[in-house]
Amino acid sequence: MSMSTVVLVLLLMSAAAFMLGKRRSMALAEASGGIGSLHSLPSHYGSWAAVLVGVPAVLLLFFWQALEPTVLDRLVIADLPPEVRAQDEARLGLFMNDVRNTVAGNIATGAQAEAVQVAAAEYRALQKDSARLRALLAVGIALAGLALAWQTIRPSFRARNRVEGVVKFFLIACSTLAIFTTVGIVLSVLFESIRFFQRVPVTEFLFGLNWSPQTALRIDQVGSSGAFGAVPLFAGTLLISFIAMLVAGPIGLMVAIYLAEYAPRKMRTVAKPMLEILAGVPTVVYGFFAALVVAPKIRAMGMTLGLDVASESALAAGLVMGIMIIPFVSSLSDDVINAVPQAMRDGALALGATHAETIKQVIIPAALPGIVGGFLLAVSRAIGETMIVVMAAGLSANLTANPLEAVTTVTVQIVTLLVGDQEFDSAKTLSAFALGLVLFVVTLILNVIALHVVRKYREQYE
Amino acid sequence: MSSMSDRPGAGRPPIHEVVQQSLGRRYRAERRFKAYGIIALVLALSFLGLLLISIIGNGYTAFQQTFVKLEFTLDPETVDPKGDRSEASLRTGNYLAVVRNALSGEFPDVSGRSDRRALSALVSTGAVYQLQNMVMEDPSLVGQTVEMWVPADDDADMYMKGRISADVPESDRRLTDKQIGWLDQLIADGRMEKKFNTALFTNGDSRDPELAGILGAVKGSFYMLMVTLALSFPIGVAAAVYLEEFAPKNRWTDLIEVNINNLAAVPSIVFGLLGLAVFLNFFGLPRSAPLVGGLVLALMTLPTIIIASRAALKAVPPSIREAALGMGASRMQTTFHHVIPLALPGMLTGTIIGMAQALGESAPLLMIGMVAFIVDVPQGLFDPATALPVQIYLWADSPERAFVERTSAAIIVLLGFLLVMNLLAVLLRRKFERRW
Repeated sequence: MSMSTVVLVLLLMSAAAFMLGKRRSMALAEASGGIGSLHSLPSHYGSWAAVLVGVPAVLLLFFWQALEPTVLDRLVIADLPPEVRAQDEARLGLFMNDVRNTVAGNIATGAQAEAVQVAAAEYRALQKDSARLRALLAVGIALAGLALAWQTIRPSFRARNRVEGVVKFFLIACSTLAIFTTVGIVLSVLFESIRFFQRVPVTEFLFGLNWSPQTALRIDQVGSSGAFGAVPLFAGTLLISFIAMLVAGPIGLMVAIYLAEYAPRKMRTVAKPMLEILAGVPTVVYGFFAALVVAPKIRAMGMTLGLDVASESALAAGLVMGIMIIPFVSSLSDDVINAVPQAMRDGALALGATHAETIKQVIIPAALPGIVGGFLLAVSRAIGETMIVVMAAGLSANLTANPLEAVTTVTVQIVTLLVGDQEFDSAKTLSAFALGLVLFVVTLILNVIALHVVRKYREQYE
Repeated sequence: MSSMSDRPGAGRPPIHEVVQQSLGRRYRAERRFKAYGIIALVLALSFLGLLLISIIGNGYTAFQQTFVKLEFTLDPETVDPKGDRSEASLRTGNYLAVVRNALSGEFPDVSGRSDRRALSALVSTGAVYQLQNMVMEDPSLVGQTVEMWVPADDDADMYMKGRISADVPESDRRLTDKQIGWLDQLIADGRMEKKFNTALFTNGDSRDPELAGILGAVKGSFYMLMVTLALSFPIGVAAAVYLEEFAPKNRWTDLIEVNINNLAAVPSIVFGLLGLAVFLNFFGLPRSAPLVGGLVLALMTLPTIIIASRAALKAVPPSIREAALGMGASRMQTTFHHVIPLALPGMLTGTIIGMAQALGESAPLLMIGMVAFIVDVPQGLFDPATALPVQIYLWADSPERAFVERTSAAIIVLLGFLLVMNLLAVLLRRKFERRW
């Protein structure tokens, strides 16, 4: 039986178990004086039976699926002719690869074609046995579950508590997925980074001034220095993020102040959704806009002023990234400004301050921690932004503070290093994970600080 | 007791005068400050306007495509080399020659190799496949002369749409003066016409702009979103229900909360690295498959859905829970029979917004190999596929002028999808929003 039929059979069996359990509980209730003598509802008994039938069998299938390839490999290798088995591990791995390919229907070529065919035939036979055994075991466990359920269902049996316990376990498992995701990110990035730092010292990576990740394949190859000093990337990232914040900071903050303090109700109901549209535009669209419209405009403007502007200038990427972040800054600042108690406004106005003075001298200072937190979140967003810089910023590392020149960023390098086919043991590919680690750590620190500040601030006025 | 004149500040004008004098300045500052706010808002909105106008202005023409009407003589010798009208024979026919002959028939005075090549460059290579398919479907056409519309090449299309101007010096444009002369003649004969560009919606990717379409990318995005939805909605809701309704307040749940909030702010490309290291290298799932893309996007949208679902659960007043508990329902029954149904609209709204985010996301997909040039339309979760935003990224990199137009058109389609999803979320919120 194929996997899908087994799953389908199990589903049907679970449904049948539900009906049977329900009937059984009702029959028992009738025998012992009405439905009121049951501890739980009949449907709870049914659900308990369905859980007993379905869950262990599905778990079995899951583990079977995970372990099958390794066990099959072992069995096939144990039966190989001795001269094949005598090969070293790498060759044996290649041989098994051939076997698996043959099983999958591809034609394997090579010197050991005959041995491969024999092994593949055995592999296929084992696979068939495995599928049969799997189906038998799954159905057997399901039937055992049904028998167990049949026995345990009694009027005094606390079926509801059991079923709710299972549901609660599922809920807990789902909520811990967030932690597993974080752990997964940390492990996957850290693991490859450590492999990278075994080849390139951490200090060279963090403080080196030269970035050219082409490693030489041959010793005498030209132009492949394989330098992994990431400072130019950090500098480029900071430069573009700085430009973005120069655009988004003042504009976003002023928009928030205007909408929260001055704008008539009607204007707010129109302007806010418009800003949300700006926030909802995919970043790839901003990237296209930056490369197609903004960069040529800036270049042309620079030409008329007699400046030499690179066609992939940091200014264009930063400017468009700033536009992208405006709604982010404005909505965070808006929340914070609205959280300032009305009494503080009223007090300042009653003392004769103008509206602007109230805002500048009372509201902004009161909201400052929250605004700073929002800005930090915006910076972390700018640092991690990928598509705009991939499409509008440069590719070659360039250590400069001139916004008219092309710079590259951490995210651009991650993308260029990892797009396309890669071999997983070269320093070039691994360096992308080291960059990812830096990116993750920096944004994590910014986020933790920002979230902490914002939360503290909210509590202050709650 | 001191007299009035001993007071500090004596000799200065009275306070109300100081205030009076400074009032003008303060009012001006007030107006200035307000003006800054208006300027900022206008700037932000004009950026939005500029963005939309430039995209739409570049893209609306891509919904039309130029076609050329030519008379094709399906000469038996070129089309059917074996002469038996069999499928194998018709497949090997030289349809390119048919197209070339049709063009030389239109312009009999064109001679010389390079001129002829320039002439045949005006018609898309798609015409060859169109002829081949037509003849293979109906072999009785062999030997006849058929008149039909075939797609023009992208440069001819650009000229027809006015994106290539004859005023530019010849060396600066992709069409020669001769080619423009032929095109003008075709236009004057009424043999060139713009029609609705169905290829854009029914084809996969192609190196030829006039044949490139977004169907493959749209389908890839669709499969991916299905995976994302199937995973992130139930898991997100379950996590939110646990954290909001059942979780004890302790360090462990605090840790989960902090984790969720942080994951919401982790750069999307880091999720791509996770997908590459875990799903592709560790679990050995296929590259470029919508399944992997969906898994990565599900992990990415989970925090959004959890946060929105928790807000929706929080908005359900405690009285509902108390009433249900008072009637003897268990906590699980209270939650599943009363609280979740009331919070469902809010949860769905959050999910739709999360899906919209996932639809527009491209950076993590670059990491898991969904940037390949894929012509075939994917048919399942394991087929190599690309996604709509990634298709936009790929086209944006193409040098042809016609791809700028098509990129913008793909963006319009993407923004259309996003608009519909967000409108749906707004409508859902409007319809089911309850103030308790």
